[in-house]
Formats: sequence, C-alpha cells, structure tokens
Amino acid sequence: MSTANTVSRQTAQVQDDGEWTMIIRPHRRWLDLRLGELWRARDLILLFVRRDFVAGYKQTILGPFWALVQPLLTTVVFTLIFGRVARLSTDGLPPFLFYMAGTVVWSYFSACLTKTADTFGANAHIFGKVYFPRLTVPISILLSNLVAFCIHFALFLAFVVYFWLDGAAVTPTTAIFLLPLLLFIMAGLGLGAGIIVSSLTTRYRDLQNVVTFGTQLLMYATPVIYPASATPARYRILLQANPMTAIVEAFRGAFLGTDTVSTGALLYSFGFMLVALILGLLLFNRVEQTFMDTV
Amino acid sequence: MSDVVISVESLSKRYRLGVLGSRSLKDDANRWWARLRGAPDPSLKIGERGRSHGRNEAIWALRDVSLDVKRGEIVGIVGRNGAGKSTLLKILSRTTAPTSGQVRIKGRIASLLEVGTGFHPELTGRENIYLNGAILGMRKTEIARSFDEIVDFSGVEQFIDTPVKRYSSGMHVRLAFAVAAHLEPEILVVDEVLAVGDAAFQKKCLGKMGAVAREGRTVLIVSHNMGSINDLCDRAVLLSSGSIVADGPPETVTRQYLSNGESRRAHVEYQPSESQAYFQAVTLCGDAGAPTANFDIRKPFHLRMQFVVRRRIPGLQAAFAVYNSVGYRIFQSTTSHPEPAIDIEEPRQYDLRVGVPGSLLPAGSYTVTVALHVPNVSWFDLHEHVLTFDIEDTRSKRYDHDGRSLGCVLVDLPWDQQHRPLVERQESPGA
Repeated sequence: MSTANTVSRQTAQVQDDGEWTMIIRPHRRWLDLRLGELWRARDLILLFVRRDFVAGYKQTILGPFWALVQPLLTTVVFTLIFGRVARLSTDGLPPFLFYMAGTVVWSYFSACLTKTADTFGANAHIFGKVYFPRLTVPISILLSNLVAFCIHFALFLAFVVYFWLDGAAVTPTTAIFLLPLLLFIMAGLGLGAGIIVSSLTTRYRDLQNVVTFGTQLLMYATPVIYPASATPARYRILLQANPMTAIVEAFRGAFLGTDTVSTGALLYSFGFMLVALILGLLLFNRVEQTFMDTV
Repeated sequence: MSDVVISVESLSKRYRLGVLGSRSLKDDANRWWARLRGAPDPSLKIGERGRSHGRNEAIWALRDVSLDVKRGEIVGIVGRNGAGKSTLLKILSRTTAPTSGQVRIKGRIASLLEVGTGFHPELTGRENIYLNGAILGMRKTEIARSFDEIVDFSGVEQFIDTPVKRYSSGMHVRLAFAVAAHLEPEILVVDEVLAVGDAAFQKKCLGKMGAVAREGRTVLIVSHNMGSINDLCDRAVLLSSGSIVADGPPETVTRQYLSNGESRRAHVEYQPSESQAYFQAVTLCGDAGAPTANFDIRKPFHLRMQFVVRRRIPGLQAAFAVYNSVGYRIFQSTTSHPEPAIDIEEPRQYDLRVGVPGSLLPAGSYTVTVALHVPNVSWFDLHEHVLTFDIEDTRSKRYDHDGRSLGCVLVDLPWDQQHRPLVERQESPGA
C-alpha cells in the first residue's frame, strides 16, 4: 500500500489527479469555465434574485409598484419632449406606445449592462471572504431585471390593449413569438458587455465612470426615441452596426405592427451577442481568480 | 489510500507593491508608451530603477510552503501579522490564486474567513440563513434540513422573522456562526472567528469545533489566541515571513512563537535606526545586576532599557508589557506611570531601569514587549516579545501548587481568621 502511495505521489504531477476533489493552481486554463459548478449553485442564483427583489422594496410605501413608475414617467417625458416639442417621427404609431416600447426594451438592456458591469466592485467584500462561482452574481442580475421587465411588459401590454380598443392603428404581428429570443439576445449582450467591463474595471477604474454615462449615450445611437427609418441613409450603416437596433425595432414592430426588421439584422445581433458573451466569459474567468489582489 | 486531505506543495504568492489601487488606464498607457520609446517608466519614483517590465517592487507573502494535513487533524496556524497566515487561508478558500505551486484537496472544503458574509440587513433572520448558507456552498434542501438546529444553536428564535438590521451585534454574530457551524464540510478553514461574541457563546463555538473534529473532519484554524490553539489543536504550524519555521505539537510551537525561536533571552542589542527615537539595548537583570533570564518566584528583578532620542519629542513615553506563555498580557507600565512621571522628551541617550517585585508572577515562561511612542499619535520603536524569561518556583511552601491553575498573578491578600467552638445545629425542615 505504501509503495503504491509513494508511486502515486511521485507521478502526481504528470497524472490526472483523479483522487483529489479539487486542485488549486496558479492559473486555470482559459477554457475551464466550470459551468458545472455554476449549475450546482443554482439555488444561490435564485436566492440572490429574491434578495434583490425583497431588499429593493422593503420599507417603501408603493413596494413593487415602484417598478411601474419608472417606465411610465420616462414614457410621459419622452412623449412630451420628443413627441410634442421636437416632433420626431414615430413611423405613424401613437407616440405614447412608440416611446413606451422603446423604453421597456432599452431599460432591460441598460439595467443588465450597468449592473453587471459593477459585479466586482459591488461585491468585493463578499468575494474577498468566500468562494462561490462568481458568475452567479451577474446571472442573478439578469434574472432580477427580468422580473422588472415582466412588470414593465405587462404595463406595456395593458396600454397596447387600451389603444387598440380606442381604435388606434396598432396591429400586433406573429413576430411577437420572437420575444423570448429577443430577451435572450438582450440578456446575452448585457451580460457579455457587462462582464467585459467588470473584468476590466478591476484594473482600470476609469471604465466604471464611462459605463453608466456611455449606456445613456448609446440609447441615442439606438432607435429608441426615433424610428430607424427616419435616419439619413449615410448614418444607417452606423445604426445597423449597433446590435441593439434590430432588437428594439423588432420588439416595436412585433407588438405595434410595423415591419422593419430583417432576419439578417437579427442574426447579426445574435452573432454579436455570442462573440461578446464568449469574450466576456473568458475574461471574467481569468480575472476572478486574482481580482482580490488588485481591487 | 493516503490519509492526506490537504496537500500544499511549494506554494508561493507574490503581491506587487506600489501599484495597488493606484492603477488607471492613463498610468498603464503612459507606461506602455514609455516602454515603446525606451524611456524610463514614468510611474517609478525618481532614482528607482525599473525591473524587466517596469514593475514595481514585489513582496512574497508566501514562499515555498509545503504542508500535508491528515484527515481528522485540527491544525492551528500561528505567526505574526504579515507572516502569511491570511494569504494561505485565502488561497485555500479560493478567494485568490497562488503565484506558483499547488494545493490539492480531498473532500468538501468550507472556509470561514468571516462570519455572516453576505448578510443583508433588510432581510429577516430566516431569509439570511438561506442566503448565507447558499453563499457558503449549501444546497437549499440541506439548509432546510438543518434550519431548526441552526436557529436553536443561535438562540434567536424569537427574532427569526425580524430584519437583521434590528439585531444586536451579538445576535448578528450568533446567527452567522450558527449557519457556519452547520455547514458540515469535510474540511473546515477558520480565521479568528473565535474572537467573536460573548464568553459563553465563544465557549459554545469552541465546543462545536471540537465536536466537528471528533466526527473525523479536518479543521484548520488561524488565531492569535494561543490559549485556544493549545486547547483545540493537535498540531500547530508557525509561519514567519511567508515560510513554515515550526510544525509540531501546539504547546511547543506556540511557545516558540512567543519566545521568538529561542527558549530564553535576557539581553538584546539593536543597530541604530533612522527613527527619531530607538532602542539600543534591552536587558533583564536580577538583583545582582547581571543579565539573566531565570528568576526566583520570590525575588524582584529589573528591566533595563537603553535608548536614544534624537530630537525633542513632546509626549514621548517608553513602555513595556509582560505576556505569559499563552499570550495574555499580564501587565504593562510606561514612563508616565510613576509620580512624578519620568521625562524622556529631550534629545539624549537614556538608560532606564524599572523594577518588578517578587511574588507577583506565578512560575512559568514570560515574554516582554518594549515600545517608544507618543500614545495614540505615533510609534517610534516597537519590539514585540523580544525578551523571554522564566519564573521558577523554588518549591516554597507558599506557592507549592501543582498545575496551571494558579491564575495570572500572585497576590498577598490579608486573610483574616476567626473561630468559634463547634456547635451542631439541627436543620429545620424548611431551610
């Protein structure tokens, strides 16, 4: 027994160390993403979602109704400023619904992006004390924002029905069944971009300032307050390079009945999302091992 | 099958100094641009020469540490601040990765570098038990199974549905420890949590840890409390400047830690330092004035402190403290204590002697720490546990007592005695 033991100790460096549960080495391989570990931590993800939801509304009078206030007010302000004052085109759609569709979609994406971008910063005190799969945090952010999105979306649907009963030219198309796909692409984009930023902010704090502000600016580079059809032809290509363009347009088109998005544009968004997500996962995986030394 | 459950192999961890927290995109861009032009690294201080990649200085928090821990062992890790204890724990708990070397672990490992990590003040005790348990690696079903036990152990049943922000800090800690104690890992890594809560709860925690180990689980503890290391561990490891310098029975190792590697030391001399006030020599001497580190329990002895004050330092005091072999500070004294106080503010070479009366300390081993400081303002020189001496019981009738139960100090108390003839009283039934 002891001879076998010695032998196994000697060859341990070269052999696959099957008898050990865990091996801590200076660097994990780039592709060692440990997704199995993430799956085992699914309870934790759900508890994080619950925490964010419960803690967010405790000791507030309106509670979860606050989730309704934000899209409603934004829509009203957009309708007044861009619709009434600036008189931007809304592709012949009722301005209120037009802006609400844009706001509902955009706020999901921007919340996912800005919050996941702060993963390391906001959780440094926990990450420094205990190990758990770090990806649970950004994923739980996507899910808690999905809860908020559902509330916003229900509100939006209620207004669509109201306008439709009122006789407005609103005709949802079969493209509404693409909604899960749109959400998936947005979540992937938000997560991918967010974790790229959060990985880089552990070294470059500057990015933290850029991201909130940048997301705001990005909204104007996305057809949220104007239809893509209203942009001059020479800027069209820039607009289409933005992966969120197809998402916002597709969502609005599906529910309000304007057909402006090609399958190609959606595929482009999907591809963009995959690249961002994979890049993000690789970077995040690299950074999470030593980020406590630099934060 | 080997019984080793943690195998640490030539583990090293390097931290870079100077760049921590000062990093911004601009710095890196400047550095990169400078390197392209072959100019010196702009973020280095003047006169400093950059290393190969323009990196700043590095320190090795751990250097080539190898350690095997067997199943069921309780190992205490001791060492001064900065010796690498926390770094070792951080690597074991995977909050940071090593620079080189590896650790192999057999079985589920849980680490408690802090209790109550992730507690959210707005959530109730119940919600926090689930959240904290999941952060520590428990499945929801496991938490549900031991939920009642956790609540019971913490003793906060009444408030379990109250947000924890309304808890007292004691309750907070008790609940947090209760969750951690019910983790049921095969290997438990603990840092200083023993220093929390009131005395009764600390005792309960110690009991729980002992029980954990009796169940055949392995425990690794980092603590500054030599008493609990001695009580709890079957083995201790002493780290110094990132390397293991002693490994063995806890009594031996903690004693070595407290005595700085030597059994006794009566005299130490120091090189002049850059400080405005520094020690030249500290010496323990007996009645006769010769340096010695062995004192009779009844005889007084002296501590001699020789030091230099370079410029006038208002409020400067020289101080010393005596610690027993488990690391408790028995007493301390400073130059401000005598009436009138001794003035050491003027720039001069000083030579002070302070007497310690006999029949004060019980037999045992002690250490002395000396310091030059302006209290609460600045430290000029500090040498911890620098002298080590023994008090020997001369088997006088007075203190002839076996074991360690003599307490920390000997006192002459005015016992009074009165006696009367013995009268047997009848016990009344109601008494």
